[in-house]
Order: sequence, then structure tokens, then C-alpha cells
Amino acid sequence: MTAFSTWDIVSNLLLAARWTVLLSLLAFVGGGVVGLVVLYARIARRAWLRRAAGLYIELFQGTPLLMQLFLIFFGLPLLGLDVSPWAAAFVSLTLWSSAFLAEIWRGCVESIPKGQWEASSSLAMSFVEQLRYVILPQSMRIAVPPTVGFSVQVVKGTALTSIIGFVELSKAATIITNATFEPFTVYGFAALIYFALCWPLSKSSQILERKLNVAHHHH
Amino acid sequence: MSLITITEVRKSFGQNEVLKGINLDIEPGEVIAIIGKSGSGKSTLLRCVNGLETIDQGSIVVAGAQLAPDELHLRALRLKVGMIFQGFNLFPHLTAGRNVMLSPMVVKKVSAKEAEAEARVRLEQVGLGHKFDAYPDQLSGGQQQRVAIARALAMKPLALLCDEITSALDPELVNEVLAVVKALAEEGMTLLMVTHEMRFAREVCDRVVFMHQGRVHEIGPPEDVFAHPRTPELKQFLGVA
Repeated sequence: MTAFSTWDIVSNLLLAARWTVLLSLLAFVGGGVVGLVVLYARIARRAWLRRAAGLYIELFQGTPLLMQLFLIFFGLPLLGLDVSPWAAAFVSLTLWSSAFLAEIWRGCVESIPKGQWEASSSLAMSFVEQLRYVILPQSMRIAVPPTVGFSVQVVKGTALTSIIGFVELSKAATIITNATFEPFTVYGFAALIYFALCWPLSKSSQILERKLNVAHHHH
Repeated sequence: MSLITITEVRKSFGQNEVLKGINLDIEPGEVIAIIGKSGSGKSTLLRCVNGLETIDQGSIVVAGAQLAPDELHLRALRLKVGMIFQGFNLFPHLTAGRNVMLSPMVVKKVSAKEAEAEARVRLEQVGLGHKFDAYPDQLSGGQQQRVAIARALAMKPLALLCDEITSALDPELVNEVLAVVKALAEEGMTLLMVTHEMRFAREVCDRVVFMHQGRVHEIGPPEDVFAHPRTPELKQFLGVA
């Protein structure tokens, strides 16, 4: 039997962590784009759009991410679509984070005083113009800390994709454990790597929150 | 011909009918003060004129633009009437100049250069040419309200609605705003204002509308309304009963 040095374990975990980072980034960006669309529907004037977006959000917030992964990974092939673990992981994390981001951002949009809507209405701006030039620039400032904070959830969420066979940090840890029979050491290092990824994110979220609160304004 | 025609307008919030059939015709260049107790429907009426509230019955027409709930009609209407609010409602993320430039550029597709020139003229008009680059939170309440007036004027409206525009101001700041409004009135701007400034209403307005319980209770030139109130409600409101 080959002996594994600590460096063997750590270096292999770090290599796998690249995929965790990549998947997190893609899912976060994808979730952001889809989340904007859902946000738009969630605050639209048309009641059926608002309801549809509300349902979408409830659905993804009200079911475990793992079920969403399974449904996409095992469900889509039933419809004749062959999905790789990669694609399934990306799609489900994107949809999942879009629902949460849309809801976070809705709160930010609704925290903008009603007078801003009324003033821009009285200046003949359309709904989209109001959003783009008046409401979103102000709510974005408020949205930064909770959005960065949520990115931590996305990073941790990627761990679940190990179950459908996507080799990221958690899956790599399992594989290495099976070879080394040192679960505590291996998972300990894996946890440390997750922490090293997440801690700067949640810390910067806190710092941003404080900064934006103090400065509160532009200059 | 009237610039603003308000005909049999009714409006309820739930069970509470706040406007019970309002009729009011406003000529171009007329300056009208709406007075009355809080809850008499005066602010609601003003907000209906530019579609911030929908109406249940009746009609409102401003220079041929009819109030209707769809975005196209609202836009046409709002291009004809501007509005100034009690709480100023400047856009806090933009400088005074940018506040004034935004809507002409976005709605009327005016070039940035033209919009800036117009904004400088308008800010000058309200005595704030030197505050072009100041953010709203660097301005006093009176200055903010004057920027709001400049912002509305930059859209070149035919009429301005003023909703208690001095009520949120410290007493010493009221006059600088009223002076701007007075100058507008003298230049022939059509003004429909809800106000508690009785002295100002008496000096500047052509007609005064006294609203009571959702109706136009008395209407007439300020000399008549203030000096010879006919109904006990108006007498009580003016404190001469």
C-alpha cells in the first residue's frame, strides 16, 4: 500500500477546490442574471407576473437544494436531455441562487422611499426607466452586503453537487478518504479550505455593510 | 379654453369616499390655491391630476391629455403637468444638476449637452446656479425644494402641481421657496397648489378653492373667499366664526 503524505492530501484537495471556486463563480453570476429577471417580474405592475415570480421563489426556497439537483440530474434525462454532472450542478445552483438573490434584492428595492417612485413618475418616466435610473442605483448600494454574504451560501451549496458525481472539493475529499483511510485529516483539511474561501467573503460583507452605513453617500 | 378640466371626479379608498364629485376648470396662467382641513381630499385631488392616484369616476383632461391608467396615457399627461412634493423627493444619488438633467435625457432623449445647459438655466432661475454639483444632502430643505422646482420646470410643463411644498420646511426657509413660486406665477405659469400659507394664497392666487369632506365647498377670488366666507365651515376653517 502506498503511503500518502499530508502534502499529497492537501495538494489534491486544492486541485479539486479549483472546481468548487469555478462552479461557485459561474452559479453566482448565472444566479445574478436570472435573479435580476425574477426580481423584475416580482415587482412588475402586472399581477400575474408578480405571482409567477413569487411561486418560483417559494418553490426554490421551499425545497432542499439536493432535491433540485436530483430532479435536474435524473429528471432531464427522462425528457431525453442528457445532462452531465457539470451542467446539472451549474443549472440547479443557478436557479437556486436566482430565487434567493431575487428575494434579497426585492427587499432592497422596497426599502427605497415611495417618494422616489412618485417623483420619477411625475417626471413622466416609465417603469423601466424609473428602475434603471432612480431605484436600482439606490438599492444596489443597500444590496451589496447581503449579496456578498449570500455568495457564502453558494460556495457551501456546491458541496452538494458531489452527490451527483461532480468532482469538486467534497467529492475529492471522499475519494481521498477511500484511499487513505484518514477521514478526520482529509475532511479537516477540506473544511479548512472551505473556510478559507468563505471567511473572506463574509468578512468583506461585514466591512462593506459598515462602510456603506457610515458613508451612506457618494462623496 | 381651459387648460385643466376636472369633471365629476369621484375617488374612494376602500369604503371611504374622499372625492365626491369634483368639478373644476382651470384656465391657462391661472394660479389656484386649494385649502381645507386635512382629510378634505385636497392632496388626493392634486395627486389624481397627474395620475399618482387613479379615479373611480369622472374625467380629468390636461391640454387634451386624458387621465387613464395605462402607461402611455399617463406619460402623455405627465409631460404636461409637473409636480412638486412636500418631501422634495430629490434623487439622493445624483447631484442637483443631474437631478434636473435626468428626465429630459431619459424621457425626451435630449442630449447631455443640451440637458446640462437647460439645467443650468433652471437652477439659475431658482437662485441655485452655484449648486449644480452639490448632492441633495448637502443642501438645506429650502434649497432642495428649489432644485425640485427646477427639475420639474426642465420638463417644460404647462402646469405645475404643488402639494404642500413648504410644509416640511423650517419657517425661515419658507419664503425663499414661496418667492420662486411667486415669480413663476408672475411669468404666467399655471399653478394648482395645496397650501396652508393663507397669506401667500391671498397675495398670489387668482382663485381659492375651499374643500370640505370631498367636495368643493366654496370657490372664488381670494378677496371674496377670505374676506366674505359664506359657509360656516369655511368661517370655522379661517377662524372667523
